[in-house]
Amino acid sequence: MALIKFKVENRDGSVAELEIPDDMSLSLMEALKASEYNILATCGGMALCATCHVQVKEGLDNLPEKNDAEWDMLDTLPDAHHDSRLACQIRINELIEGAYFKILGPEHE
Amino acid sequence: MITTDICIIGAGPVGLFSVFEAGLLKMRCHLIDALPQIGGQLSEIYPQKPIYDIPGYPTINAQELVDNLMKQIEPFHPGFTLGERVEQLERLEDKSFIVTTNENTTIQCKAVVIAGGLGCFEPRKPAVERLEEFEGKGVAYMVRNPELFRDKEIVLAGGGDSALDWTIFLSDVAKKVTLVHRGETFRGAPDSAEKVAHLAESGKINLILKSNITKINGNGHLSEVTIAGADNNEYNIAADYFIPLFGLSPKLGPIANWGLNVEKSAIVVDTFDYSTNVEGIYAIGDINTYPGKLKLILCGFHEAALMCQSAFKFVYPDQKLSFKYTTVNGVNEF
Repeated sequence: MALIKFKVENRDGSVAELEIPDDMSLSLMEALKASEYNILATCGGMALCATCHVQVKEGLDNLPEKNDAEWDMLDTLPDAHHDSRLACQIRINELIEGAYFKILGPEHE
Repeated sequence: MITTDICIIGAGPVGLFSVFEAGLLKMRCHLIDALPQIGGQLSEIYPQKPIYDIPGYPTINAQELVDNLMKQIEPFHPGFTLGERVEQLERLEDKSFIVTTNENTTIQCKAVVIAGGLGCFEPRKPAVERLEEFEGKGVAYMVRNPELFRDKEIVLAGGGDSALDWTIFLSDVAKKVTLVHRGETFRGAPDSAEKVAHLAESGKINLILKSNITKINGNGHLSEVTIAGADNNEYNIAADYFIPLFGLSPKLGPIANWGLNVEKSAIVVDTFDYSTNVEGIYAIGDINTYPGKLKLILCGFHEAALMCQSAFKFVYPDQKLSFKYTTVNGVNEF
C-alpha cells in the first residue's frame, strides 16, 4: 500500500493536500466525498451526472485517457474545457501522485 | 381518474419490489415513471451489466432482475403509467392524495411512495444571463415541434450529438441556423460532424467555434444573443430562438416543491419506516437519505418492506396489521 498525495482546490479557492491509500479501489470522486468535499455524485460513479466535474490544473498528461462515457458527458457540459475530467472516472493510484485538481460546479445545499 | 391504495413514483427495482411487499398486505399499487419502460436505471442505463450483490444471486444481469421482479409482482396486478412525469400533489380533506402527471393523468391514493432513484433527467442549463426569463419566450431546451422554428432565426449551443443532429434537421426548416460550440472539434457521430462542417462550408448554416453564449436579450421575446469568442470579444447576433443542448442532468424535479425535507438533492426520511416529514408520503431507494445510507438495491428492498408495514395504517386505518411469512401463508393473488 502506498499513500498517494495530490492537491485539491475547493470552490472557495482554498487548497489542501490529500493523502489517500491506493489499495482501496477508490475513485477520486469517492476520495473527495470521504474527505468531506461537497460533491453530489448523484449517479454514484457512472459518468451520468457530471456533478464531480474537476479541472486538472497539474498532472493532466499523466492521467489515463477518458473512456467513451466520460468523453460523451464532458462533450455535453457547457463549462468543460480541455483539462476537465470527471472525478468518478479517475482512480487513486500512482498516476495522480502530485496532481492538482480544482472542484468545479455549484455548491450543493 | 385511477384509484389505488399506494401510488409509487418510479418503476425501478425498488418501486417494483414495493408492489410485492404491498401485495402481501393486500394493498394495491399504481406506478408512474417518466421513462417509457419499467426498470429505471437498470433498463435504461445498464441492462446488460451484471449485478453481484443481490442476495441469492451470485450474478444477475440488470434486465433479468427487472424481468424477475415483474414476474414476482404479477399476482398483485399493479397499474402502470409510463412516459409521464409526476407534476403535482394535492391533499384532499379525507387525507387521500391526488397525484397528477404532465399528461394530466390523475391517480387518487391513500399513500405516496417516492422511489425515484436518481430523479428526473432534466436539461442542463448553461450559465447565461437572463436565460430563465426567456424560457418559453424564445429559449427552448428541446425541439418538440419543429414547425415552431420554420422561417425563424435559430441559435443552437452545444457540442454533443443532439446539437449536431438538430442543427442538421433545422437547417432545412429555419430561415437561419447558427451553431455555437465552445470547442474546436466535435466528437459526436462522425457522419453528423461531417455533415455540419459541410453545411457550414456551403453557407447553409453559421458555425461558430471556440465561443460561448454569455447573454440573451429581448423585449418580451428573445431577439438576440451575445456571443463571446476565444479572445473574449463579445458581439450580438439576431435570434428568434435559442436552443442550448448540453445534455441531461438528474434532478429531483417537481417533487422538490412538495414541502419535503431535502438534503443535497435527496429526501430526508425516518429510518423507522422511511416516512418523510409529510404524513402519508414515503421515500425509498436511491432518492432518500439518512445517517448511514447506502445506495444499494438490496437496501432499497429492505426499505420497501418496512415502508409497507407503515403505509398499511393509511390504507386500512381500522385494521390491525399481523405479520405473516410467505413460507407459511404463500403469495395470494388478488
